[in-house]
Amino acid sequence: MNVMTQRPNVLAPDLEDLVNEHETSVFEVRDLTASYGATPAIENVSLDIFDKKITAVIGPSGCGKSTFIRCFNRMNDLVAGAHVGGKIFYRGEDLYAEDVDAVEVRRRIGMVFQQPNPFPKSIYDNVAFGLRVNRMTDHLDDRVEKALQDAALWDEVKRKIKDPASALSGGQQQRLCIARALATNPDVLLMDEPCSALDPIATTKIEDLMHELKADYTIVIVTHNMQQAARVSDLTAFFSVEGSAETDRSPRGVLVEYDTTEQIFTAPNDRRTEDYITGRFG
Amino acid sequence: MATVATSLRRHSNVREQLSERVVAVFLVGATLVGLLALVVLLVTVARSGAGQIDVPFLRNFASRIPERAGIWPPLVGTLWLMGLVTLFSFPVGVGAAIYLEEFAPKNRITSVIETNIANLAAVPSIIYGLLGLAVFYRALEMGRSLLTGALTLTLLVLPVIIISSREALRAVPRSHRLGAMALGATKLEAVYKTVLPSAVPGIMTGTILGLSRAIGETAPLLVAGAAAFVAFTPDNLLDAYSALPVQIFDWVRRPQPEFQALAAAAILVLLGVLLTMNSIAILIRNRYDRKTR
Ligand SMILES: Nc1ncnc2c1ncn2[C@@H]1O[C@H](COP(=O)(O)OP(=O)(O)OP(=O)(O)O)[C@@H](O)[C@H]1O
Ligand SMILES: [Mg+2]
Repeated sequence: MNVMTQRPNVLAPDLEDLVNEHETSVFEVRDLTASYGATPAIENVSLDIFDKKITAVIGPSGCGKSTFIRCFNRMNDLVAGAHVGGKIFYRGEDLYAEDVDAVEVRRRIGMVFQQPNPFPKSIYDNVAFGLRVNRMTDHLDDRVEKALQDAALWDEVKRKIKDPASALSGGQQQRLCIARALATNPDVLLMDEPCSALDPIATTKIEDLMHELKADYTIVIVTHNMQQAARVSDLTAFFSVEGSAETDRSPRGVLVEYDTTEQIFTAPNDRRTEDYITGRFG
Repeated sequence: MATVATSLRRHSNVREQLSERVVAVFLVGATLVGLLALVVLLVTVARSGAGQIDVPFLRNFASRIPERAGIWPPLVGTLWLMGLVTLFSFPVGVGAAIYLEEFAPKNRITSVIETNIANLAAVPSIIYGLLGLAVFYRALEMGRSLLTGALTLTLLVLPVIIISSREALRAVPRSHRLGAMALGATKLEAVYKTVLPSAVPGIMTGTILGLSRAIGETAPLLVAGAAAFVAFTPDNLLDAYSALPVQIFDWVRRPQPEFQALAAAAILVLLGVLLTMNSIAILIRNRYDRKTR
């Protein structure tokens, strides 16, 4: 199976083994480039995202991690001036082909944002929102309950399901947003620093949750927290910023190294990766 | 360590303290001027007018004899106007605001439109009267009809409704739109199911302001053909009509003190209509406010 038609700059030899051995690729990213206006944000990114695995995206601030994962559910379409080049195949289908409906894409590929963003509605209506817009309203109550259970929130809210979501704590709100994304049974869950606004206990809850979700979902998570990446993920992609005023090119994010999390954190191939994870970056 | 001992004392000197007092007194005074003017106005109007308000006053038609004069046709006319103006201006104003804020491409044309709307809100109301006269009365041959008056007032309140609705929409965090769309909502669904409900209180406030302005307007109605004397209440859109401010204006102009008292009474009724309308709108707003919190 030759999935890696164009490889990342540095591809560990055992990654190909990984591909060959036991993975199906959900996304095949090939030469992905994204820019805002004339300013490039990421350039020439190529990698695969594997089925039912947690893939962590790490790297310094501004290297394009958010930009990168927004490409997967075409959220960049909503940013004025954003342009995406290169290819992403989602289960073999070109995500950016002319006739692909971005709305349909987002129904399959859910997203959880950095800041919890519950709607100013009840807890119930928040979870039901995606179900309603996707016309999955049969057994609505059951689906809402299931989603809240999957997000490990049900026990805390079952007695106040009609209360406004804004009355929940930050960590509960973030789990509500996860429940909301899970309710429609997406294929993939994208998480952009889902724990950055949370305390360690809430963070632990969400990390535990991710381990459970792994059985059913493919997860891509952006995180600033090295320990978190090491704890939760199977694979890690390290991005960095390249180019600067001195080199006469505007800085842009590049994929430095992509490998199993174990490899990245124990024996990284690239000097820059090593510097970053050991805190010697910059 | 004497400095520590004195450090908690007031440092500011007498002049600073004085100027702070002066500013505070001025600010309170400025607030009181407005309040006082309102109270004086209400008390004067109530003293001369309150005694006049009874059922015959409400149900009688206009008359040269003060004792027989009433405000039934202008009252009905004003209610008609309010209903029609709300009916016309609310959907058009909110629709325009939604389009401009959520869907319109950000380019030269839309920015010209935006500037224009802002300017329209500042145009004196009599100009709208002239516009109504030229377009609805003459060109579209609607004559001295209720429809002419309602459409003229609609033009008058539209900019206010559009501007305040846009502000209400803009105040809804972008994360709600993105959150909705990330769940597979179309842009339209995101706007109708998340943005609009949150914006309703603000939109209602703007609409109340706009309609309150319209209900008291006299000049555009006079210019666009409202009558002070009508012998019947309007019962279709093309009937002639009167309105409370027009009636008040007519009475105030007369020299006899009896008519002055009638004008005062009519002002009280107008205020009553205004307050009722605003209370209803505020009730709706609060309901939504609670629902979307
Ligand atoms: N909406 C936007 N418009 C213009 N430029 C943007 C926009 N969003 C991001 N950028 C730029 O693209 C680059 C990458 O930003 P991005 O948000 O993807 O970084 P990030 O790795 O997620 O950073 P962080 O870790 O701080 O969240 C940055 O230089 C940023 O200034
Ligand atoms: Mg980011």
